[in-house]
Amino acid sequence: MSPVVFALLAALTVAFALVVVVHRSPIYSALGLVCMMGLLSLFFVGLDAHVLAALQLIVYAGAIIVLVLFVIMLLNLEADRRATAGARAVAVGSLGGGLLAAVLVAAASRFAGGPMTALDPAFVDPTTLAARLFTTHLLPFELTSVLLLVAIVGAVVLGKRGQ
Amino acid sequence: MAVDVAIAAAKALIVILLAVHVVGLGVFFERKVSAVVQDRIGANRASIFGFAGLGLINTLVADPIKFLLKEDVRPTGADRFLHTLAPILGLVPVIVAFAVVPFGDVIEIGGRVIELQASQLNVGVLFILAMASLGVYGVVLGGWASNSRWSLLGGIRGSAQMISYEIAMSLALIGVVLTYGTLDLQVMVRAQGEVLWGWLPSWGVLHQPIGFVIFLIAGVAESKRIPFDLPESESELVSGYFTEYSGAKHLLFMMTDFVEVVLVAALVTTVFFGGWQIPGLARDGLHIFGHLWVPPAAWLVIPLAQVGAFTAKVIFFTWFQIMIRWTLPRFRYDQLMRLGWQGLLPLGLFNLFVTAAAILLWGATA
Repeated sequence: MSPVVFALLAALTVAFALVVVVHRSPIYSALGLVCMMGLLSLFFVGLDAHVLAALQLIVYAGAIIVLVLFVIMLLNLEADRRATAGARAVAVGSLGGGLLAAVLVAAASRFAGGPMTALDPAFVDPTTLAARLFTTHLLPFELTSVLLLVAIVGAVVLGKRGQ
Repeated sequence: MAVDVAIAAAKALIVILLAVHVVGLGVFFERKVSAVVQDRIGANRASIFGFAGLGLINTLVADPIKFLLKEDVRPTGADRFLHTLAPILGLVPVIVAFAVVPFGDVIEIGGRVIELQASQLNVGVLFILAMASLGVYGVVLGGWASNSRWSLLGGIRGSAQMISYEIAMSLALIGVVLTYGTLDLQVMVRAQGEVLWGWLPSWGVLHQPIGFVIFLIAGVAESKRIPFDLPESESELVSGYFTEYSGAKHLLFMMTDFVEVVLVAALVTTVFFGGWQIPGLARDGLHIFGHLWVPPAAWLVIPLAQVGAFTAKVIFFTWFQIMIRWTLPRFRYDQLMRLGWQGLLPLGLFNLFVTAAAILLWGATA
């Protein structure tokens, strides 16, 4: 991926991320998130990691954010009834976000710069990816599904408590 | 370089034109089949100098003109931007999904071997699923942006239904992926050119009969047509998520429906019915009972025959879905959800388990 294309995509990604945070309407925020996920999957395409690009779209854009939109529509959230953050929340949030950004930039700057190049095909091939997921990384992979199960059970319990 | 770009552009153009033109034929089919099913004469009101062309003038000329010339009505309080964006967001992913569907083997022109597939992607199956899951945005946003109760209810029903049946659809596809050991649709179709016991073509439906049934049901549910048309459901919700649409935008929603029908037909053909394969026909000629017959101008005739076979199969399954639509009554919403979550999902998991166990015990079947 040429540096110009990368810069363009990166700027767009950040712009849509800002839409998520600052737009007044929850629907537009969710749509900003969809666009951001789509752009992230383009970065994976730039790395020739087509599996990751497709999964990014299926999982985030295709499933999670659709559910978010579904809930927004079901509750029929209005733009003006959205909870607004106080000055203190904004301050704490900015501080936390800023620190996270600083850590990420520091971590990223340790790698050598240069144009984004395609990954080794053997590394991102669906077969090898799946093989590694089900052998070397089997335990974390299975633990993740347990974590998700716990989250679902927790959601059901919290949902039932109100009744 | 320039030639490669030109070839890629030509293939993309062919696929897009094919997808859009089939819509016209789909509408024609829909109106004619419905007329035959209901034992009446249909789609014969328009003619040019007395020529009605079996209703083709009506569906291919009069209907589009009518849609394009109608007033574009937007209800008060509707979200202006999203109301316009929604029909486009619905149509684009389903057309883009055709990019990875192979419509033929290869054609050799001037020493250049051209794959008859718009985009050779090694994760074609995942690409199709990704595009299918993006299609839901048109429904959700169309329902929300119209500022109407009917539309909102239709949009909510549509999103719940599409998410539910996508799971069953993916499970059915995973079974086929296991059988052929690839995510590439062209490789999958080539593998279906093999023969079992010397005479039976190794088509997907023979390896994955349960997967085929699940995929077809889930596919019809994804295209939101009767018996799964709860998001539109005219007796309850007027027209559901596109109640407040008129003119060209309404036409876009209708096109989305028909392109989805054709996409499901194309996928069923590709994955379960050998795609462009004609039993016995290989790149070097027609093999009949051990004899080889090479047709004249084989370099052109064989690819054309394969593209023709693919088209014929797709038209058959399009017709089949239209027959379903005019034969069955509509489900109730709880029945729809029960079928998806308590019927197709466990059946899909069972099918997956049996497939995986069979491969583990006896090796790959195909």
